[in-house]
Amino acid sequence: MNQEMGKKEPGEVTTLYNEFETWTVNTGGQTIHAKRMPGFFRTFKDRAQLALWLPFFLLPYLRWNGKQAILFDVDHNQFHFFSLTVLPQDIWMLSLVLLVAAMTLFAVTSVASRVWCGYFCFQTAWTDWYTWLEEKIEGNPTARRKLDAAPWTLDKIKKKVIKHLLWMLIALLTGISFSIWFVDAFEYWNKLLHFQLPLVGWVTLTMFLFGTYILAGFLREQTCFWLCPYARIQGVMSDSQTILPTYDYTRGEPRGKIRKGGEAVAPQGDCIDCFQCVQVCPTGVDIRNGQQLGCITCGLCIDACDVVMDKINKPRGLIRYASLDELSGQAAKKIYQHPRTLVYLSIILLALSGIVWGLTHMGSMTLKIVHERQPLFVQMSDGSIQNKFDFKVLNKTDKDFRVKVSAEGGVKDQVIIGAEQDPMTHHGRGTSFTIFVKAPAVNIKKDVVPIQFRVENVDDPNVFAEYTSKFYGPNK
Amino acid sequence: MSDKHDASSVPTTGHVWDDDLGDYINQPPKWWMLGLTVSAIWCVVYWLYYPAFPISNAGYFTKGLGGWTAIGEMEADKSVVDEVRGKYEAKLKDMTPAAILADSELTEYVTRSGKVLFGDNCAACHGTNGVGTHDKQGLFAPILNDDDWLYGGTIDTIHETIQGGRQGMMMAHADMLSEAEIDTLANAVAAGKPTSTPLFAEKGCTACHGEDGKGMQAMGSANLTDSVWRFDGSVEGIKYTIKNGVNSGMPDARVAVMPAFQGGKLSDAEIKKLAVYVYKFGGGQAQ
Repeated sequence: MNQEMGKKEPGEVTTLYNEFETWTVNTGGQTIHAKRMPGFFRTFKDRAQLALWLPFFLLPYLRWNGKQAILFDVDHNQFHFFSLTVLPQDIWMLSLVLLVAAMTLFAVTSVASRVWCGYFCFQTAWTDWYTWLEEKIEGNPTARRKLDAAPWTLDKIKKKVIKHLLWMLIALLTGISFSIWFVDAFEYWNKLLHFQLPLVGWVTLTMFLFGTYILAGFLREQTCFWLCPYARIQGVMSDSQTILPTYDYTRGEPRGKIRKGGEAVAPQGDCIDCFQCVQVCPTGVDIRNGQQLGCITCGLCIDACDVVMDKINKPRGLIRYASLDELSGQAAKKIYQHPRTLVYLSIILLALSGIVWGLTHMGSMTLKIVHERQPLFVQMSDGSIQNKFDFKVLNKTDKDFRVKVSAEGGVKDQVIIGAEQDPMTHHGRGTSFTIFVKAPAVNIKKDVVPIQFRVENVDDPNVFAEYTSKFYGPNK
Repeated sequence: MSDKHDASSVPTTGHVWDDDLGDYINQPPKWWMLGLTVSAIWCVVYWLYYPAFPISNAGYFTKGLGGWTAIGEMEADKSVVDEVRGKYEAKLKDMTPAAILADSELTEYVTRSGKVLFGDNCAACHGTNGVGTHDKQGLFAPILNDDDWLYGGTIDTIHETIQGGRQGMMMAHADMLSEAEIDTLANAVAAGKPTSTPLFAEKGCTACHGEDGKGMQAMGSANLTDSVWRFDGSVEGIKYTIKNGVNSGMPDARVAVMPAFQGGKLSDAEIKKLAVYVYKFGGGQAQ
């Protein structure tokens, strides 16, 4: 095929793979010990993480009318949100909520790249907390590297044991906090402390315990590199209009160390090759190589670079949030000139209006009616025709109540039989009962006529549901 | 893509093909070997724990240390269902059919679970959902979802009927009445007005069917004035019934026999359930 390639001995890398040599990929061979530097993005990241994830730990303990305010009650197939109870029939709204979440992720990513990854993602947040603990116990990155290389002494063992115990504790708390979104929080703690959780509870807890411990303690940035699909998907959503942490190569290059005396021998850029941006990076990438998959756009390198620029009396922003357009000298476009963002936004709007429609039209009762198929109708002794209907009433309120059954349409002088005592409906589950409709044969003009049933709370006529079925008679 | 192992330091098998392709004689990765070993151990444990291997054609096999059997698993699953049903069944046992009917939740349970019972024991004659079955005599067994009952449609009479069974009885009149008389009677009955002919009273029909022709439920005689027919409502069909009777001993007599179910394969509770189930077909009558 390629004559130039010629014959190679097995074991040599052919030219096809030469590119591989220039790749700098951290496959997890070494642990990243990132430096923590104060700054705007550090503060923002700290607060964003807490703002999103503190509620994850605390919200389940919120009570509302004596019950857990927010509860995905899997045992009873219900979702409680304060006074609102969503039954499986209305769960389609959840898919719209997920759609809104996905589209928000897309829209934000198309405007400002991987905001989720950098400031909000649980992988980022938990890893950040784990390394913060690590720094408190084992010291700064240099001390940590030294400790890792040092032989096992009592001091090292002590530090490591404390660190791993604390990590496990966070992981345990994570598992518990996840679980109590699905079962009553206080009941869960009670069962947990008495070792009486059901098997599925133990399995979930164990999975979260080890999952958190391994993902945040050991895999860390490797998760973003090789496990996380969103990291890859989001990469595709940025384009030349998207702003992201960027190294201004026109200003920084050629990089080089500052010389004493300030005599520049050759033309020199602003980058003094101090590697601070690399040392603070939690995923260990060099932002000066340009936008890359390993970058979670957390902005910590911007903080680091700004400090250095201040020190050498150069303007800040050698690394800054900028679009590729801006760097290549093109006029920045407005957000409304960004078609893909607009598409995402309109999908969000559609989904939101679906949710609003669903919430306002959910109703507190649903009615389904199945007409008996065999026989379609029965001739009674007085010659009248009787139809049988299987009613299924779903009472979505929090009380049992009796319902009045009525019908419109159908046949003249029809009688509804079976609802004389106003059937009882049980809250939170379906109630079935059988209703017969009997009509004089002489009034039946067509073999099938529509009949609209209505069930209505006897105490509150505003709670009602309707369903249109059919009344069958002999062929005319 | 491992950075840890330098591939070029490992010898190949020596076999080269397609110009430059060869096989390293590397050890498989540790994690892979570990997976293989664990899988092998898993196989052995599984083989020992569960029934695994036939020993002879006579059905001997290694039973497994865990004592697992398919039938055992099925029984365990069944006990879960039985547990749900248990609380209803326990209540049903000491209740009268009328009391079951008065309890809407129990009635709901019975109308759901009664379907299978009815299908297994009743539907052969009465049809699925009690729609009746037809043969050469017209209706072979009565429709159960209308409100015309030969012996009464209260819950207690239905219960009684299932327990003790029923035998229809009507004399054959072929030798007692003339062809013309039979014709007159049949036409009057077909029109739903049996009393319109004096023959109805003169020939003694009223003894069983009542002076108004509406039948007597105590003896199971049919109501001749309504629009529901036990056998065949055409003039010819009615003539046939008058001539040959029902269970009359004549070779061509109509047949109307309902077997008794009490003491048979149905338990008392099952008979009660069926009574409620049939009552709820749509024709049940208040006490």
